[in-house]
Amino acid sequence: MSTTSTAPDRTRATDDDAPAERRGASGRGPDGLAGTLVKIVLLGLVDAFAGFVMFQLAAAGDWVVFSVTMAVTLLINWIYLRRGGLPAKYLAPGVFFLVLFQVFVVLYSSYIAFTNYGDGHNSDKPAAIEAIQRSSSVRVPDSPAYPVTVVDRGGELHLLTVQDGQTLVGSSESPLEPVEAQVSGDRPVAADGYTSLTFGDLLSRQGEVAELDVPLTDDPAAGSLKTQDGSVAYAYAPALRYDEATDTFTDTQDGTVYRDNGEGQFAAEDGSTLQNGWRVFVGMENFTKAFTDPQLRDPLIRVTVWTFAFALLSVASTFVLGLLLAITFNKATMRGRRVYRVLMILPYAFPAFLSGLVWSGLLNPEFGFVNTTLFGGADIQWLTDPWLAKLSVLLVNLWLGFPYMFLVTTGALQSLPEDVDEAAKMDGASAWRIFRSIKLPLLLVSVAPLLISSFAFNFNNFNIIYMLTGGGPQFPDASGNIGATDILITVVYKTAFSGVGRDFGLASALSIVIFLIVATVSALSFSRTKALEEINS
Amino acid sequence: MTANIPGGMSRRTFALSLTGAVSALALSACSGGTSSAPSSSAGSASAGAASSSQDLTQGGATTITMWVDQNRQGPLEAVAKKFKEEKGITVDLVVKDNSSMRDDFITQAPTGEGPDVIVGAHDWIGALVQNGVIEPLEMGEKSGAFSEAAVQAVTYQGKTWGVPYSVENIALLRNTTLAQTAPKTFDELVAESKKVVDGGRAKYGFVVGLDPVQGDPYHLYPFQTSMGAPVFAQKADGSYDVSSLAMGGPEGEAFAAKLAEHGPEGTGMFNPNMTGDIAKEQFFKGQAAYFLTGPWNVEDAQKAGVEFAVDPIPAMGDQPAQPFVGVNAFFVSAESKNKLAANEFVINYLSTEQAQDALYQEGRRAPALKASFDKAAQDEVVKAFGEIGKEGVPMPAAPEMGAVFEFWGSAELRIIKGEAQPAEAWRKMVSDIEGKLGT
Repeated sequence: MSTTSTAPDRTRATDDDAPAERRGASGRGPDGLAGTLVKIVLLGLVDAFAGFVMFQLAAAGDWVVFSVTMAVTLLINWIYLRRGGLPAKYLAPGVFFLVLFQVFVVLYSSYIAFTNYGDGHNSDKPAAIEAIQRSSSVRVPDSPAYPVTVVDRGGELHLLTVQDGQTLVGSSESPLEPVEAQVSGDRPVAADGYTSLTFGDLLSRQGEVAELDVPLTDDPAAGSLKTQDGSVAYAYAPALRYDEATDTFTDTQDGTVYRDNGEGQFAAEDGSTLQNGWRVFVGMENFTKAFTDPQLRDPLIRVTVWTFAFALLSVASTFVLGLLLAITFNKATMRGRRVYRVLMILPYAFPAFLSGLVWSGLLNPEFGFVNTTLFGGADIQWLTDPWLAKLSVLLVNLWLGFPYMFLVTTGALQSLPEDVDEAAKMDGASAWRIFRSIKLPLLLVSVAPLLISSFAFNFNNFNIIYMLTGGGPQFPDASGNIGATDILITVVYKTAFSGVGRDFGLASALSIVIFLIVATVSALSFSRTKALEEINS
Repeated sequence: MTANIPGGMSRRTFALSLTGAVSALALSACSGGTSSAPSSSAGSASAGAASSSQDLTQGGATTITMWVDQNRQGPLEAVAKKFKEEKGITVDLVVKDNSSMRDDFITQAPTGEGPDVIVGAHDWIGALVQNGVIEPLEMGEKSGAFSEAAVQAVTYQGKTWGVPYSVENIALLRNTTLAQTAPKTFDELVAESKKVVDGGRAKYGFVVGLDPVQGDPYHLYPFQTSMGAPVFAQKADGSYDVSSLAMGGPEGEAFAAKLAEHGPEGTGMFNPNMTGDIAKEQFFKGQAAYFLTGPWNVEDAQKAGVEFAVDPIPAMGDQPAQPFVGVNAFFVSAESKNKLAANEFVINYLSTEQAQDALYQEGRRAPALKASFDKAAQDEVVKAFGEIGKEGVPMPAAPEMGAVFEFWGSAELRIIKGEAQPAEAWRKMVSDIEGKLGT
């Protein structure tokens, strides 16, 4: 029953049994006053936060996320304010974070994996068209700087400027035409029928000012005036002209036509493309590229083999060392074993990326502690020889990982029944035999799932590789920055964030492949563990 | 107990209304905290604006967001404050890690959530333009006030994309108590270094930081150019022709041979175990006579109490040793909703002598504006770096540099370590890069 029921509750229950029974039936769980208050305060805070987020979203006009947030908030309130439904009350926070941090991320990566998102395909098509127009509009050669004043007539912005002593006015719709205007210095400041905008007015209408594009003459090829700061304008002429009706760009010089090639770029007949592309769906292209492009496939195969080797060897070595130490320190007769145990756990307490950096310093062949002190100044290339680098990565990972195995096996060992041990001793079994035939199988029942999760963790152990060797030494024959200690996840990182053109699509596709590998291995292993349990029980 | 809950009200209704009350309370507490800040800043904005000109009162409502890295936060804070006093526009500085700023900006700009202005290295321009996230800036006559190298650096595909802020390049630092003469050629440097080590004055003659995996082509580049093997051919106007890689050929292979000659098997000038941190430490401890580095280590060297002079980089071949020149610049987001205010800040304010002076005062990086540089050049170190930078070439900004860097450093490292036959390894590197570039 309730653990938070308050004093008045108990007195009531003894005073009058019937209502107490009714209350007990209607509301299970922490329904005392204190419990209710805690619930209300917590829920209130959650609602306040959600309300705050929703205001922000509404202000930003992001209605999709707004409605999702609203639905989730209502759902949470419904779950916690309704009677009953206790399992939902327990599961809701976990499910919420699972969806937010796992399911959403996986779905989003899957979506990216089927697109060509990356350098050169960074945004949507309208943004790409704008970018092309922006970078293809060049300042008319030898054209002067035009001092301008932004003026308003009937809500439409105009540029008031002066050229060769003649004051002119024009808007995006109407080319420049002479006008009577007052000039102060070299700058026209006001004209009859137009309202001059102050700097403050400009700021409040800066979107309109940025779009202002005043043709110099009736001939569009002569160029147009644009201002970036509202006080000086320059004449620009486009090198490429966009035609909305046909969705093409035409080179104003040689008439080359660039069409949407369906791959997120504008391309000419001869295959040359315009620099700015946009994101499109490419289907399975990223996956087929990973498996068929020899430039990518060959190093990937080597990396996959090493990733498996690294993960398996890491789990095996840390488990063996951890177990060995756990057995050693499990002897009740050992003196000072508390101190030893604390010392054992220390490497676990350091952040892995920090340890990686420290170890890369320690393993420096000329200046590092390992060579200068432990090996008497020998020149051992710990991190730059392909095989030694693999060994170093494994050793450092062993140093980082054994405390975890030590902790879990110590726990598991202490929970093993002593009587089995004694019975075996009575039967005359040797210590090794007891360990191999009794302790280890019993131990594996509880530890095997942890070994599987440790495998999954090491399969994606980015920190240690990235901080210790950076994936190096580079394969001399690979056509890319892939090296002897690279594991799949560091290759994904390099694909997505470095080198020639980052490729988020390909990187996401590779992550999904990794996900599938880890999921398959884990699922298979878990089913084997179940079998293990049945044998032992 | 029941008396606490009003008679007809069910427990659920009670809970519901109380939840609402708590939310309201929490929300009002939060909003109370946040609303006080804007209102006070708006107040001071209009006050500041009113003192300068009536026009600007409405400008106080405008805020532009700018991403800066930690090193530039201080200088820009001072300048942003002044800008607000003069124009009434608030510049909200957000500190970002320099190494991730470019990529974060490229991803965030299209969502409309990115900043209005960023400050970064000019060699980002290629990627920023390729992804269509920055706005071309027209500086007009103002560009004449900047050093030629700086303007050239922010010009890409015929357009100007940023307003230059500071100029950086490497030079040879010489510990004046260990070595008295500035070497004219690399051979002299080798000889001087040998004298220092043989005389027992220091452990190392010459040090340069090399990454154990990626090497450091940036620091070795002046030696490469002195051998006549620049990374790309340059067009008549000084811009790079990225379709023509110029590193190959006999000049490049001669440089590769030199790398092997001065590796640990040879004179030991290039030490693959010497990381940037170790090189710095050795020089600061007085255990190295010469240190090839940039202005970013100057302040620490002065703090460490090393007496040093800034010398030109000695040429390895018969051509001038040209280091890469990096220009820090301000860029305006293509997706900015406050373009006018951002342009006002970047083009019209940060390009002024007053702003560039202030940036130098706070950050001690050689200004890109000529007038400000002349003032800063009273400092001998700034002047010396500036003189050497005049010999330099801008780092190519094209995204194609990614392909070059992917192979360049590791190939150099293999040659230095004697793991590969120099000419062969160099040829393979060139063909690998060309393969990636698709030329």
